[in-house]
Amino acid sequence: MTTAPFPTTLAPVKRISLWRRYLRRPLGVVALAVLLVVVAVAVLAPWLAPFDPNLVDFKLTHATPGDGHLLGGDSAGRDILSRLLYGAQTTLFGAVITCAAGLLLGVPAGVSAGYFGGATDRVCSWISDALQSVPGMIVLLVVAAGTGQSFVVLMVALGIFLAPGYYRITRARALSVRKEPYIDAARVAGVTNGRILRTHMLRAVYAPIVVQTALTAGIAIGMQAGLQFLGIGSASTPSWGQMMNDGFQNMLNYPLILLWPSIALGLTIAALAFIGSTLADLVSVRSEQPTRRDRSRVRESLAAPAPGDLAERVASGSHAHDAEDCALRVDNLRVGYAVSNGVKEVVRGVSLDAAPGEVLGIVGESGSGKTQTIFSVLNLLPSGGTAVADGIWVGGREVGRLSPGERAALLGRSIGYVPQEPMTNLDPCYTIGHQLVEPLRHVHGMSKAAARERAREVLVQVGITDPDRVLVSYPHQISGGMAQRVLIAGAVAGRPPLLVADEPTTALDVTVQAEVLELLRELQREYGMALVIVTHNFGVVADICDRVVVMKDGRIVETGPVERIFRNPEDPYTAELISASLDDTESRQELDEAWSRESPAALDRVGEKDGAR
Amino acid sequence: MLSFIAKRLLSGILLLVVVTSGTYFLAHVAVGDPTPGLLGNSATAAQQAALRTKIGYDQPLLVQFWNWFSSAATGDFGSSWRNFQSVNDQIALRVPVTLSIVVFATLLAAIIGVGVGIACGLRPGGLLDRSLKLASVVLFALPGFWVSLVLVMWFGIELKWFPAVGYVSPEHSFGGWIQSITLPSVSLALGAIVMVAEQLRNGFLQVANQDFVRTLRARGLSGRRVTAHVLRNASPAALTVLALLFVGLLGGAIVVEIVFNLPGIGSLTQSASQIGDIPVLLGLTAVTVVFVVIVNFLLDLVLGWVNPKVRER
Repeated sequence: MTTAPFPTTLAPVKRISLWRRYLRRPLGVVALAVLLVVVAVAVLAPWLAPFDPNLVDFKLTHATPGDGHLLGGDSAGRDILSRLLYGAQTTLFGAVITCAAGLLLGVPAGVSAGYFGGATDRVCSWISDALQSVPGMIVLLVVAAGTGQSFVVLMVALGIFLAPGYYRITRARALSVRKEPYIDAARVAGVTNGRILRTHMLRAVYAPIVVQTALTAGIAIGMQAGLQFLGIGSASTPSWGQMMNDGFQNMLNYPLILLWPSIALGLTIAALAFIGSTLADLVSVRSEQPTRRDRSRVRESLAAPAPGDLAERVASGSHAHDAEDCALRVDNLRVGYAVSNGVKEVVRGVSLDAAPGEVLGIVGESGSGKTQTIFSVLNLLPSGGTAVADGIWVGGREVGRLSPGERAALLGRSIGYVPQEPMTNLDPCYTIGHQLVEPLRHVHGMSKAAARERAREVLVQVGITDPDRVLVSYPHQISGGMAQRVLIAGAVAGRPPLLVADEPTTALDVTVQAEVLELLRELQREYGMALVIVTHNFGVVADICDRVVVMKDGRIVETGPVERIFRNPEDPYTAELISASLDDTESRQELDEAWSRESPAALDRVGEKDGAR
Repeated sequence: MLSFIAKRLLSGILLLVVVTSGTYFLAHVAVGDPTPGLLGNSATAAQQAALRTKIGYDQPLLVQFWNWFSSAATGDFGSSWRNFQSVNDQIALRVPVTLSIVVFATLLAAIIGVGVGIACGLRPGGLLDRSLKLASVVLFALPGFWVSLVLVMWFGIELKWFPAVGYVSPEHSFGGWIQSITLPSVSLALGAIVMVAEQLRNGFLQVANQDFVRTLRARGLSGRRVTAHVLRNASPAALTVLALLFVGLLGGAIVVEIVFNLPGIGSLTQSASQIGDIPVLLGLTAVTVVFVVIVNFLLDLVLGWVNPKVRER
């Protein structure tokens, strides 16, 4: 059986707005108009048809169009136009029965399976899978063998085979709604299961069912015509499939007989398919891909200074070193995303720098633009994001004007990257070894043996005691802390002079956090790297940073050495952040200690103590 | 691994038993007394009674079922009620024809579908991507026999590029075989191609937005190497669709074979269903389910190879 290519992620949609939005789609409107014409023709067939569809007139056999018979006659001498009009009736009647059967079976089963789960789910899903692996056409022919003349029974049987389409889509939807808090709330409030199923669940699956019905109707009509084409169905009921069979028998001599029903069938099915796809577009949450025009719009908006907003357009932050001496320098960086009504700026003029061997912290709450700043340095913004800067320097070289290919060549060689969430940043399909060795071979040009040796060595360096086992493991076989160590190993394996780490400890257990920070500090010293570390936690800053940049709403509010910022925060927001961090961090004692001292050496000792703990 | 194979084998056998038994009773209920259909309306009551005895129809249904089932369990599906030829022989003769077009169509869907899917995934919103979306809407819904009629009219009769109808066995002439199965396979494959492409394209985009892809890029890997990673992660969904399609194509082949006048299992199914030749229909059902089970088994193996997490379950 075929299944509909249907997105499983659907947003709940209001009825009225769906209908209105549908009417704004030209293709959808045309398709709907075609379907309405077919429906009208079917209903009005007895009045529209010029002749009785079964009236045989031997003079009309294979007649060409004309002489009162607009489309000519078929091989039995019947008026083709009349049969076509009555055929629409048969076609739509069959489609309605099939969809109703599929709906009545698939939707209740899908909703219950998704809502109750457990055994209900397993049984229903097994039946659905089994139905999908049964050769439906053969079983339908078996059904037709005896009840060939009973059109309704056959169409119901067809509906049973199309029910898995309904089942799958409603089950997926019910499953996701089941987890919503408002369902729990209803249960706690004492609403019965039956009532929840009837009200909340049916409302949730309403939109996908409408879409699925349009698609199912198209498929049902196609299969119905296929069965009729095979000679199933009553000879006295005119049908398109039957007419196509008649045309097929006389294809070589009278191709027109085949043409008319083929057009009718093709148009009807295409109309339903387009209605279904337009509806699917409207109800599915599909992130629109930004067009080239969107991107250039963002670029222009970021580059052009807005007149009434001059203060906002000045870069925030400052530079502590000369551009040539920097491992990283960012000058007036802006990042924007195209949204429906303009451009959303997430980074609004950021300048910062870090010298070789220096540890720079970028601190701010979520949404402050700190991660976007990092991604702009890597030139790896999510699709739709555009970065504009007066200059980006890496290793004392201006790279902001380079081509995307040349920017990409910096990655792994000049810049290493440690991501935030260890478990989603390893490819689940490949072994750790493969993921470490591949860049060493193909980016750093090592031989297979040398790359393998280096991968093993760097794993030992990041504190993994059984590197040989880890090398042959898959990501799901190791812990989160170990995965983060692997990612750090991958980032430093190519000995980049600059390492950027995006919240490297946030996703880890508290006990592992300190170890990972200590590891980063050690590696940074050993390799003499500049380390840029993004965090929302001042505890992390106190542990390892030399200088810190505080960001808020896409701008830098304060820059300075760590001790100075802790001792005497100039911006009230910084003070707020520090006190917030101190309240919920477990290493308050260490922070207090750090605060009271002044030399970076003391801070280092704190870091070591932290790591040893 | 062994327990995995055993489990799959068991569930496959279960499916086979359930579906064929279900079809057995369904067919008996649906057909009723088969003798008028088999002998035609002019047969006398005595002739009908004789045939009933010969095919065992005068026995109770459960006895008939047990006789059929115990024989089918050994792989023997008995003989046709019409011409008393072995069902196994008849099907064996016709399966290669159907498999030729279904396998060829699946290959076409896999190769072209994957190619188009990747191309669209790499450039979402591009010209090819938008064309695919339009094509997938129409081609998904249009039945194979409709497409095949159009292809026959155009390429077979108008342009005469391919033989309009008929089958040439590969032993007889390999080139002729390819020519004779091209149009039927293409008409079966068109819908399948767009479905595979659409599925792969969506999976590709979904994977391309995942974190590890950025990390791979950040390590300096080339676009081609990153694409290989994305593709491997996106392939399970496309493979599953491909396996489902194979089942769908087996059904679709029945009508397509009739349009192209191919001596596959399609025409046998049609003729057997018209006269109520139940043993033949059951043999055909069993063969098809066996194909489905084999394909699903292969799919599971490939999925396990592609995705290490599946392997451990």
